[in-house]
Amino acid sequence: MYLTKDEEKILNGEMGEVQERLFRLLVRLGDIYGADKMIPIGSVQVAGVSYKSIGDPGTEFLEDISSKETKVKVLTYLNPAGMDLEDWDKLGFPKDFAKNQLRIINAFKRMGIVITTTCTPYLAGNLPRFREHIAWSESSAVSFSNSVIGARTNREGGPSALAAAICGLTPNYGLHLWEKRQPNVRIKVNTDLVYNSDFGALGYLVGKTVKNKIPFFTGIKNADTDQLKSLGAAMAASGAVALYHIEGLTPEADLTNDKGLETIEIGKKEMNNIYDKLNSGEEPDVVIFGCPHASLREISSICRKVEGKKLKKPIWICTSRLMKEASDRMGYTNIIEKAGGHIVADTCMVVSPIENMGFNVTGVNSGKAANYLPGFCKQKVVFANIDKLVEATL
Amino acid sequence: MNGRMISPGKCRGNAIVSKEPIGFYGGVDIKTGVIIEKNHPLEGKSIKDKILVFPCGKGSTVGSYVIYGLKKNNVSPLGIINEETETIVATGVILAGIPCIDKIDISKIENGDKILLDSDNGIVEIEGK
Repeated sequence: MYLTKDEEKILNGEMGEVQERLFRLLVRLGDIYGADKMIPIGSVQVAGVSYKSIGDPGTEFLEDISSKETKVKVLTYLNPAGMDLEDWDKLGFPKDFAKNQLRIINAFKRMGIVITTTCTPYLAGNLPRFREHIAWSESSAVSFSNSVIGARTNREGGPSALAAAICGLTPNYGLHLWEKRQPNVRIKVNTDLVYNSDFGALGYLVGKTVKNKIPFFTGIKNADTDQLKSLGAAMAASGAVALYHIEGLTPEADLTNDKGLETIEIGKKEMNNIYDKLNSGEEPDVVIFGCPHASLREISSICRKVEGKKLKKPIWICTSRLMKEASDRMGYTNIIEKAGGHIVADTCMVVSPIENMGFNVTGVNSGKAANYLPGFCKQKVVFANIDKLVEATL
Repeated sequence: MNGRMISPGKCRGNAIVSKEPIGFYGGVDIKTGVIIEKNHPLEGKSIKDKILVFPCGKGSTVGSYVIYGLKKNNVSPLGIINEETETIVATGVILAGIPCIDKIDISKIENGDKILLDSDNGIVEIEGK
């Protein structure tokens, strides 16, 4: 790989031992994947934040690095933590878990990383531009930034994203290159998609089917950004789709070459089968929205549906701190809490220890959450649209 | 034998060989360096101060942090030799500063062989059986 004089200096240890090792990691990954050079990046999003995910080994690594005066060079955000960083005690997160989680957060803070722990950085002030090179980790955020915004990122692991943040560089390979962003399978959708959960179900099915390919969708007439985030998240969870194109909707779709692709058709029957497949429970103990993190539009929509009602089962809405504060200001939080729900910021159901909090059956409208909850959190799942889920809590 | 440098450095030691991939997270005890994965060919064996030889890594990406932790706890292998180093192991050895080389035909190496691992020059030598 070609390295500039300044990059050679980092590799020779002239910028300190920590940078040398982190940069060596980027160079090695670049060699493994055939990068020709390093490219500067506009922003980073780092995964491996929840104590539940990285445990003591990860915690100690981050504390080590952060004790050496290491600072990030570009705007860097974090993936969700394992708990609400402010209301964890009130919401019943275990104390020993909280102690370790806060060690991790403090280590990131010392490195100059912005403590906005969210899988939707693009809704919370970290918004890349079209064709900007970035180094993001969280699979749904990677999918959204590549597909809906047209920024360029590979799916980074925790350490490689951190290395990119501290060096301000990433190796030029994979989805940073235009020729690697071409679709290689066509998905023809022959049914109307109404609810966000429909997009989640479609995403789950397509991810399972195409694995790590780049799908080109036709037949999706319209979708808002909440629905696109739901679609991309599910495809990245059930498969490893990091980029998709939708005819008429996403920015690169018209520019790509979609001639002669194998076509997979999806209709009403396939969609119904997926709803059946994702349902493993009957009555939810808790209904959780916000996977990926809820937008203000999603929060306000749930707010309208529960206003003045008394919930028999709790509703949780997971979101970023920024959306929570907007929701507080609009009075949504108050209305939802009065009904018996909670808005939980900074964390999400997949990375929090909900299996230790007395829940066995979780209701979700997210294809991604339905994919992960049985394994990561030992939950049975009720997968349905928002109206059916709200009804199940009354 | 000639291979590809993954992480720089030079070391000498006795080989411990696994024909099976190793998953470090949940597979190796970070405090002792003992393999703890059930039914793994090296279960119960320590990798501390050995030249660890295995085809490739497997499992959780947290494995990178475990390799770093082994080094910090002074129970890491002296060096690592792989057929193909994937990103989990590559990330771990580079962060930890453990010499590592890949693209080596590991079937030629047996348990207990005296090995020279010169990663800087991409060389593995069997100095004694």
